[in-house]
Amino acid sequence: MTKAIVMKPADNVATVVEDVSPGTEVTIAVAGGSQMIRVLEKIAFGHKFATRDIKKDEKIKKYGEVIGVASRDIKTGQHVHVHNLESTRGRGDK
Amino acid sequence: MQFMGYRRPDGTAGIRNHVLVVPSVVCANRVARGISQSVAGSTWVEHEHGCTQLGADAELTKRVLVSHGTHPNVYGVVVVGLGCETLRAQEVASAIREQCPYKPVELIIIQDEGGSVKATAKGISAARAMVGEASSLAREAIDASELILGTECGGSDACSGISGNPALGEASDLLIEAGGSVILAETTEIIGAEHLVAARAINKTVENRCYEVINRCEESAKSMGVDMRGSQPTPGNIEGGLSSIEEKSLGCIYKAGTKPLVDVIEYAMPVTKKGLVWMDTPGQDIVQLTGMVAGGCHLVVFTTGRGTCCGSPIAPTIKVATNTPLFQKMADNIDINAGMVITGEEIVEEVGRRIFDEMLSVASGKLVKAEILGFNDFAVQRIGPTI
Repeated sequence: MTKAIVMKPADNVATVVEDVSPGTEVTIAVAGGSQMIRVLEKIAFGHKFATRDIKKDEKIKKYGEVIGVASRDIKTGQHVHVHNLESTRGRGDK
Repeated sequence: MQFMGYRRPDGTAGIRNHVLVVPSVVCANRVARGISQSVAGSTWVEHEHGCTQLGADAELTKRVLVSHGTHPNVYGVVVVGLGCETLRAQEVASAIREQCPYKPVELIIIQDEGGSVKATAKGISAARAMVGEASSLAREAIDASELILGTECGGSDACSGISGNPALGEASDLLIEAGGSVILAETTEIIGAEHLVAARAINKTVENRCYEVINRCEESAKSMGVDMRGSQPTPGNIEGGLSSIEEKSLGCIYKAGTKPLVDVIEYAMPVTKKGLVWMDTPGQDIVQLTGMVAGGCHLVVFTTGRGTCCGSPIAPTIKVATNTPLFQKMADNIDINAGMVITGEEIVEEVGRRIFDEMLSVASGKLVKAEILGFNDFAVQRIGPTI
């Protein structure tokens, strides 16, 4: 069984601890049990996927804290990384 | 709880008994290296500074060099200068003598000695004598409350915030419970998590200082006019799964454990309080390492997900892998594996206890891999131009 780590209940991403292929059913721990999510893309060791649909400009949370905002709509099971997550800090370009 | 260390005449405690060769200026690097490489049992540093620096920037370089000489892990010092530099070797040597009158300090000026060959020969002779004297000192039992730990994470990956840093946080808490001090540094890698650290400040002054140093750091980065991402997090961090500085920072601060924050100090300033202290350093690994050692930390625990080999020349640098594949791949460089937290073979508290036990063994003389392999990484923060 492939598992992924959700750090806090408020999180909308999970971290995988092995390379995961598209279509894999991944189990995450949620309050009072577990939930199965089918990942839609290749997720490399240490990378994240969305555990629920995330709208553009919505906050992305890990450790129960904000790690950035979505730069486009993200579907459940999609890879969340620099291509669809914008940092809000240290932005000398904005 | 005790370790076996060296009690210095001024009452400070050391965990190593190094003879250190320090160039006061970049132009003396070759001679410093030549001296140390001829004397087994000595170590040295090299740097790019010491000349054509101004004001606070020149002072900072001096403070770092002097504090490496006065460090309790150092038995004696050979200071090497060229002779015409801004930061005079005479000033470095006399500042070390003033603070530590009991310490053997030899001053060598290359221009006065008649060149590099003669200067090197004189330095070899002085360092040889110091190593002989140093070897006759015996270790004695010293309370763990006298230890200062520097914490660091570099080459972070997504496991850093799950395994390595929480385990180091556990070890940090154990040392603070034993009465010791722990340094949290790399301010850049607290951006996005500063509210969590500030909430642990013992009073309003310390809390305000947290936001002050974070703002200074972030404004300095923004003044370059670009997105910090790509430099922080680094390309390696991003490959490892970290998407933003916020994500990196939130994982980073776990290594500071859960105890109250008692102080926020400037780069390379001495740690004077017991408990958790934030030193304002950049995120660059070696500049941070050097600043913490200058502040008096006896040893460093350094977590890494991508892998690093580095080590201070005078403060043992214990490397912790955040994942098992890295531990296996870089077994020559990594001392402890925290990857068992990821695989579920161990819990964070167990790895934290192993790190703490290793800290006490290393404080008592056990060599870490970076020491055995001769790493002597050293880099000083610059706050002014080279003119």
